[in-house]
Amino acid sequence: MIQIERLYKKYGKVKALKGINLTFNLDQVVALVGPNASGKTTLIKCLLGMVIPDEGRILFDGKDIKGDVQYKKRIGYMPQIGRYPDNMLMGYLFGMMKDLGKIRLKDNFDEELIVAFHLEEMFGKPMRVLSGGTRQKVSAALAFMFNPDVIILDEPTAGLDPLASEILKQKIHKEREAGKLLIVTSHIMSEVEEIADSIAYIVEGEALFYKSIAEIKSESGEERLGKALFHLLQQ
Amino acid sequence: MAYGVLLSLSSFGLFLMNEDVTKGLSSLLTVLLIVVPLVSILFTTIYIFNSYEFIELLVAQPLKRSIILFGLYAGVGISLLAVFWIGIGLPAIIFDGTVVSWYFLLSGSLLTVVFVSLAFLASVVTRDKTRGIGISILLWFYFSLIFDGILLMVMFAFSDYPLEKLTILISCLNPIDLARIMVLLKMDISALMGYTGAVFNQFFGSSIGIIVSVLAMLTWVIIPIGIALRVFKEKNL
Repeated sequence: MIQIERLYKKYGKVKALKGINLTFNLDQVVALVGPNASGKTTLIKCLLGMVIPDEGRILFDGKDIKGDVQYKKRIGYMPQIGRYPDNMLMGYLFGMMKDLGKIRLKDNFDEELIVAFHLEEMFGKPMRVLSGGTRQKVSAALAFMFNPDVIILDEPTAGLDPLASEILKQKIHKEREAGKLLIVTSHIMSEVEEIADSIAYIVEGEALFYKSIAEIKSESGEERLGKALFHLLQQ
Repeated sequence: MAYGVLLSLSSFGLFLMNEDVTKGLSSLLTVLLIVVPLVSILFTTIYIFNSYEFIELLVAQPLKRSIILFGLYAGVGISLLAVFWIGIGLPAIIFDGTVVSWYFLLSGSLLTVVFVSLAFLASVVTRDKTRGIGISILLWFYFSLIFDGILLMVMFAFSDYPLEKLTILISCLNPIDLARIMVLLKMDISALMGYTGAVFNQFFGSSIGIIVSVLAMLTWVIIPIGIALRVFKEKNL
């Protein structure tokens, strides 16, 4: 589905990506794991065409994404920090995004998360009065709204209350069952273990390894994923 | 909102204080030439930086970057224009209502969109909000004060040579100057026209002069936003 080939990106002198190669397929939940500033977010931004790589290419369904916007119809994205125009009412934001979404699908938007998070009750509130967690809920609901094939979640549960993160995890499971590709970044290993089936470990702009969680566990002989990763990295 | 109140207060105030409408209009011109560019460029820059994350969100949607940029431009431009028309346009037409006030509005509107354009340029070249606002203020400062100073110095230094044609060219390099000339050509207050305005009048006559200055202003709209678009297309968000 998505092939990333020898991607390089420099910010000034800092090399964020150094020739990373990865392939993602449908019916998969991939967790991008790695230390801070290892290039995870840059990689995601390259996928979304927000950052333009210096070298290398990304193929989406076999087509180079460079200069293309059509492929984004099939991607839902939840940013790490969702910020919206201060004075915009939440209901208006959803309405506007739906209008934008009409180029993707006619109607039957996926409003499950809006309902599950009880966001309708707050439709009359402007975005600036919302708490960080509520904004996260809005971002999550927007990412799933257009029923995309690929869903990219950047630290989805950071800042969400326990109930909301459980709802989100269940939603992720459900979409996985529906055969979609989900790409998730997270620092919480227990969470990764719960939702993902493979891990791409990224260090200094390169993929150190890319394995399924079962493989990682059996190779290291550890039961818990956090320990297993630690073992693997010690070698 | 505050901008609108300021504009309408100053315009009503000036019109009521001066018995002669032309005088009021010329006082208002001073306000126009200083306040309109400053507010347009600052408001736009701050707005763009404050909606940076939202722009990111839009970029992640299946939308071309050019559409996003022009959408923003239209949004900011139309709201600033609306405020300008209500704040200055309405009083000017109520109190004056001659053809001069229409030129007044034309030049003010052009000035607004020119400085919105420049603000877009200032905000795409840097990621840092403080730096972006700094660039905006510098641009405004340059066009409203420094430019005239330099022009005067050049004129003074080369006063022995015939510089008329060159002056026209130079004044095309400053949108604020152009806006001033555009109104004054119609107002017939040659004392206020300044050197460049007088040359303009002499060289083109008023109607062609106005056409030339409108064209030059439009170039000032198109070029900054064009460069901004090119930078924005390649920009890492």
